[in-house]
Amino acid sequence: MSKPQYERPLSPFMMYRWQYTNTLSILHRVTGCALSVGLLLFVYWLVAAAGGAEAYADAQAVFANPLVKALLVGFSFAFFYHLLNGVRHLVWDTGHGFEKKQARLSGWVAFLGAVALTALLWIVLSRGEV
Amino acid sequence: MSLRSPVGRVLGLGAAGEGVGHWWALRVSSAALVLLSLWFVFALVRLPDLGYDTVAAWIAAPVNAVLLSLLVGTTVYHSMLGVQEVVEDYVASHGAKIATKIVLQFIHYLLGALGIFSVLRIAFGSAA
Repeated sequence: MSKPQYERPLSPFMMYRWQYTNTLSILHRVTGCALSVGLLLFVYWLVAAAGGAEAYADAQAVFANPLVKALLVGFSFAFFYHLLNGVRHLVWDTGHGFEKKQARLSGWVAFLGAVALTALLWIVLSRGEV
Repeated sequence: MSLRSPVGRVLGLGAAGEGVGHWWALRVSSAALVLLSLWFVFALVRLPDLGYDTVAAWIAAPVNAVLLSLLVGTTVYHSMLGVQEVVEDYVASHGAKIATKIVLQFIHYLLGALGIFSVLRIAFGSAA
């Protein structure tokens, strides 16, 4: 690519100082994309259940794989974050919560809430196995 | 001074001329998913185990089968709208953009059909 001859105006995202709310914002999109991939596993689970006991047992073996399990933990975090931050976006769409203090607080609530709910989910889910 | 053309102001269109429907559909489906997905997670956690008999019996119950079908349909719809937005933002070439969107659309419809058919198959007791 040739060097630009003129100083062109930059897009806002290249100009602004980094703030953690930037990361929270892009994380919404990242978790959304991750969940679109996770949808494959959800549908696989349903198809396996419809395939009968044997197919379902195969799926259970797949889900019990440590690597897949780690993936599931990741997907569950993506789910809770996208859910909480999605509600944050819906509130914004009504025109509320834009003050710097409120927006930062709700960002923390979404992120830490997602971490807490993910931990809670896996504690509850693993209670039968221990 | 407004930079919008008189015709644009009359029609109430933004720069792209469209997109309100897409934006609105994403919001409405997200509101539905807040309810449906939380129901699903709560229900899943409350099951005594996730073995075949328990899960199949749970899916087969009428209310569960209906809500699960709605969950699959709404999730697929929301996911499709979401990834379309991402493709529109990041894929610059017009041809590649349309091709990617169509492929993703096909995949989503396939996933939706597979998911809902599976739920119905269990619900109607025709599973193997």
